[in-house]
Amino acid sequence: MMADATTPGGGLLVLALMLPAVGMLAIFALGLRHAERIAHATLLAGLAVALAVAVKVGQSGQAMTYLIGGWRPPLGIALQADGLSAVLMVMTAVILCAVGVFARGSFSSPRDGAETRRPFVFWSLFLGLWSALNCAWLARDLFSLFVALELLTFSAVPLVCLDGSRETLRAALRYLLFALAGSVLYLMGTGLIYGAYGTMDIATLHHLTRADWATSLALGLMIVGLMAKAALFPLHLWLPPAHAGAPAAASAVLSALVVKAPFVLILRLWFEVAPQPASTPAGAMLAGLGAASILFCSVMALRQARLKLMIAYSTVAQVGYLFLVFPLVMGSAAVTPWESVGWTGGVLQLVSHAFAKAAMFLAAGLIAEALGHDRIADLGGAAKAVPVTVAAFALAGLSLMGLPPAGGFIAKLMLLTAAVETANWWIAATILAGGILAATYVFRVVGSALAEAPEGAGTTAIARSRELAVLALALIAVALGFLPLQPFDYLAIGRGGMP
Amino acid sequence: MSLVVDLFMVLLILTSAVWTVLARDRRDAVIAFIVLGLQLSLVWMRLMAVDVALTEAAVGGGATGLVLLRACARLQPVEAEGRLPGLRAQIAAGLLCAGVGVALAAVILAPAAPAPSLAPAVAAHMDEVGLKNPVTVVLLAYRALDTLLEKVVLVLGLIGVWALAPDLFWGGRPASLRAASPSGTLTFLARVLPPVGVLIGVYLVWNGADHPGGTFQGGTVLAAMWLLVMMAGLGELPETRALRLRRLVAVGPALFIAVGLAGFWMADGFLSYPPEYAKPIIVAVEVALALSIAVILGLMVAGPAAKEPER
Repeated sequence: MMADATTPGGGLLVLALMLPAVGMLAIFALGLRHAERIAHATLLAGLAVALAVAVKVGQSGQAMTYLIGGWRPPLGIALQADGLSAVLMVMTAVILCAVGVFARGSFSSPRDGAETRRPFVFWSLFLGLWSALNCAWLARDLFSLFVALELLTFSAVPLVCLDGSRETLRAALRYLLFALAGSVLYLMGTGLIYGAYGTMDIATLHHLTRADWATSLALGLMIVGLMAKAALFPLHLWLPPAHAGAPAAASAVLSALVVKAPFVLILRLWFEVAPQPASTPAGAMLAGLGAASILFCSVMALRQARLKLMIAYSTVAQVGYLFLVFPLVMGSAAVTPWESVGWTGGVLQLVSHAFAKAAMFLAAGLIAEALGHDRIADLGGAAKAVPVTVAAFALAGLSLMGLPPAGGFIAKLMLLTAAVETANWWIAATILAGGILAATYVFRVVGSALAEAPEGAGTTAIARSRELAVLALALIAVALGFLPLQPFDYLAIGRGGMP
Repeated sequence: MSLVVDLFMVLLILTSAVWTVLARDRRDAVIAFIVLGLQLSLVWMRLMAVDVALTEAAVGGGATGLVLLRACARLQPVEAEGRLPGLRAQIAAGLLCAGVGVALAAVILAPAAPAPSLAPAVAAHMDEVGLKNPVTVVLLAYRALDTLLEKVVLVLGLIGVWALAPDLFWGGRPASLRAASPSGTLTFLARVLPPVGVLIGVYLVWNGADHPGGTFQGGTVLAAMWLLVMMAGLGELPETRALRLRRLVAVGPALFIAVGLAGFWMADGFLSYPPEYAKPIIVAVEVALALSIAVILGLMVAGPAAKEPER
């Protein structure tokens, strides 16, 4: 849909972008005691903004648009919330709020008021991440999206080495190098696109792009760059140590949300910028790499001795499912991509994995705090020490395996249906195999946690509010399983002008 | 004649680039990289892109070079531990870069219709903003959101650098920039240059509204002057917990956001300026941004806290 004018209430989109940035600057400039309070106030306000946007988009049935400074693209920049963006905004806000409640325990400021490193860095970057994510969901300009990626990288990387140990520093550096290489490739592609079409506005490009060499090269560079950021096999090497090394609250955000931003950008490039119909071999290649992610990293997850590393490998595997959508959509009989089962299944997989994975990482954090370690083999007694947390872990696991009733079940069933419809048998087989592997690694943990505690093992008490925050996320992941098994009208909002 | 000059430039740039890649010593490579940045800025001058040239010289050549040189100095003690990537990895990286380079060149050099451009559209609406430098108009009016968010990126980057401090030192001073024994020349320069440098920095910022120049270039020059004084040992780096320092870092982006939000009441919305006051508002924002950029760049070079905060 062309962004011609600001729609009523469009200012909310600006708030979604600016509120967290203001909170971050306030933490920076006011220092010490206030960090946590500022972050929590921002969380509440941001959640309200996200819900308001989602309601407004649903009521009007149209995308919300805001023209920054009143300048119409391609000269200016437009922010736009279509159905997909609104869903992503609410997902982000809810997960961040739960993480905010969880982090009260681990990133509280000391009582005497002296500023310390961990709370300051955590809360300021946490809010920085939110601005970055909202920018990625709302911007409709290839260069603004680049800025969103930069915001994302520079907020996410330091969170990885918050503990300051040698291993986490190494992991953070590796993450930084992959992310920056991805940024360079993305920027080169953006430059080529501007050179060829004289605009970076996605809605304008949608009508302009031609199937020629320059466009293919540009999109190829951008997508490869984004693949590195989304940790698609074989560019996933940075993810497991980074996500496992970060403190649990940060791991949850990184795995649930941060890797989703580059994927959403790939979706937009593929379906909104690339000349249609997009290249079939390229789509098959992306899906092939996705399948490799699923199989290879699920097996790797099975072989991990530490809980957080296992969950991190599972992230790579679950992100792999997202990349299956390209051939599923292209082969479908639906008139537009967003009416196809495959596209809807992909988006649902993204959302349900976000909730499930956030719950899992937070649960792993609480289990580690309660037991003092996260070795999978020695989790005995966890179910007695933190029963709510172990239950949350198991519920989140249901979603990853794709068992009913869970969001992951509906998502994977839709992908499976689409794979059968379009006769992509190898994709169907991969989805089934991935489910079995996920079940194996989840049950391994749950089984170990249900075992009796070894003699003399002490446990630390955990605040009930933190356990409930984790359970809430897991319950949402399950509740998504009650959605009807069909393409949703909401996700197609704002896409009327597209073919 | 100009072709000869151009070819000579190309030759120089290729030499510096190859030198950067092949240099055995890390320091040599960094110096070659700085030279490369300065040569590139000359190329931008020849292409009449003065703003890009100034930025390349200030940031690409100057600030980045300084950060890399500091990194080299810090890496020296741990040199023995570091392993260079193997020959195979180096060849693979080289081939990958060469491949991307050739593909880019092929696309860019392919004869095409005159490239489409937004330049006419930029020129057509400049009167509405009231500035005469098209680059500044793009950065602070048409695409102000990008500029604003990039400044937020800078603050996040600084937090990232600070995050590397040991817990014990949090809030303390960064490691001193002072040379072990500041030479007479350095001290002399540090006394003489800053007044001139500050003037140039201010001029670049002030001038940016109508002529080439702007916040980043001006801010970088200001940062360089600050660092020069520190290196000569004529001043001490501030503690990273100092609230005055924190506010200097935040003032640029904060004022920009405040002006942007004020647009909801005073003009047509976020980041739009009331036409009659557009220029003074933009200049005020630029001044605050330049100040923040100068402080942030200086602090990034200085690095994370390395001493316990004083009682």
